[in-house]
Amino acid sequence: MEAAVAPSTPPATHVPAWHHVARHAVMPEPTHDEMARFNFLANLTKRISMLSPGNRLAWDRRVQPSFHREHGHLIEDRSDARKAMLADPYFQTWSSIRRSNMEMRQQAGRSMVLRQINELNDKAKALNEGASTLRLDPTSKVPYYLEVTDNHCMPGSYHTELGPDDVSAAANYDCGIFVTTGGSLGRLIDGGGKAVATHLRETWPTFSPKRILDLGCGLGHNTLPLAQAYPDAEVIAVDTGAPMLRYGHARAKSLGIDNVTFVQADAQFLDTWDDGRWARELGIGPDSFDYIQTVMFWHETRRSTFFDLFSKVHKWLAPGGLTLHVEQPQYTDDMDLFEQFIRDWDSWFNNEPFWSQMHDIDVFDAMEQIGFPRADQVAFRAAAPAELIGDQTGQPEDHGRAAVWNVFGAWKPAR
Amino acid sequence: MIDVDPIALAGAKPRGARPWFHDDPAVERVLAITMALAGEVAVLRERLDTLERLLTDRGSFDRADIETYTPDGPAEIERQRWHAEFVARIFRVVQQEMEALEQDPAFNRSVAEIGEELGNT
Repeated sequence: MEAAVAPSTPPATHVPAWHHVARHAVMPEPTHDEMARFNFLANLTKRISMLSPGNRLAWDRRVQPSFHREHGHLIEDRSDARKAMLADPYFQTWSSIRRSNMEMRQQAGRSMVLRQINELNDKAKALNEGASTLRLDPTSKVPYYLEVTDNHCMPGSYHTELGPDDVSAAANYDCGIFVTTGGSLGRLIDGGGKAVATHLRETWPTFSPKRILDLGCGLGHNTLPLAQAYPDAEVIAVDTGAPMLRYGHARAKSLGIDNVTFVQADAQFLDTWDDGRWARELGIGPDSFDYIQTVMFWHETRRSTFFDLFSKVHKWLAPGGLTLHVEQPQYTDDMDLFEQFIRDWDSWFNNEPFWSQMHDIDVFDAMEQIGFPRADQVAFRAAAPAELIGDQTGQPEDHGRAAVWNVFGAWKPAR
Repeated sequence: MIDVDPIALAGAKPRGARPWFHDDPAVERVLAITMALAGEVAVLRERLDTLERLLTDRGSFDRADIETYTPDGPAEIERQRWHAEFVARIFRVVQQEMEALEQDPAFNRSVAEIGEELGNT
């Protein structure tokens, strides 16, 4: 008689199919097979996360013992962890599959978008025509850190324009993020923004910001939940990519949200660019916002930008105002070395050069140095509402992708 | 009007060097090609499933019905479960490698070693 072998991971709950993705006015029109391809890739993502515990086993049973035999001590830092794991056949295979999945997701999204690029550009153009809430600036400069590498293997990054009125980079982002997150961000991929908006309303019900700033907003998917939570607020959403802003503005309009102004600028120089153009036209300056947020933004910048722009956030925030920042978990001393290493995968193997460093920064120390006293700092975990996916308890975590975030920030003391 | 070649551009390389994980890049190349083919098998299977469901439900249909077909709840679960099983079958070898790492070494020995223990001469 055969003894039953205990499964390494619990059985999968099913991944939602792509047809649940919200079909707003600028979402690319999918063919049957394009949806099927996304369904395959989302299930592949899920399978890859279910095979991830094998990396921990390889680490415990093979990599650490072998390192100990050779060096007389266990691996103590992420650099040695990475070198040793890169030589392990299990991690090699798993990583190779995961990298291919990222590349296939890009190709799938781009092929769907690019075959209808002119229709999409026309739809966005018609929705954006004459709007004062879309402020593009062709002279704006893309920061070097976005030019030198394409984050998460996205060819052309957020800013590349294939021609006039182009929205293709944003359309590709919007339709395909479903694959790498298994639908966990919800129908409008706004799980991060929704989690923050819900927390704000529940925890500080009397907080009612009149001026809101979202830095590195992308296509505004995490801006809109804030704009909806505070419909009387004036929301300014900044990004460096014109395709993101064109698409994001049209998308917001088609969803009936009209209190967001989308601005093309390098956030770090928002107040000084072009002799203070945005300072004058949009009122960017000291004490000018009640709420400033970033969602999954800092890890795609660089160290000097983190400190410089965070200082500006402090300056731009009004006394009594709040700033919140949504990121994947920070690497802290109490985080196990293997977990730090596996969370670092995206940094080294998915073109995110600042990911690793960013998650090492002691953000609470940093905020204190910048001028936010410890007593006024806040930190909480926020999870996306389970809109499309069931309870994930007991499921292996897709490290670096899970729809459960680390939120940190601070109140600026009232005068 | 933008005039691009969607096929060539869809597969464009992102900036930044590609990391290669296997000791021999040829292995990785073949694995990547195999995964792409597996994806297309899954696409074909989902299309076939759509045809079968349309035939069963409506008796006849045209191409537009295929393109706009949306499975209802139970059909979605069946189809997504098929995808989940499919990728599990494709990567069975990796699953078993994971389980080999997890298993008690006593149950993960070679036939020769076991044979010797069992008294083979």
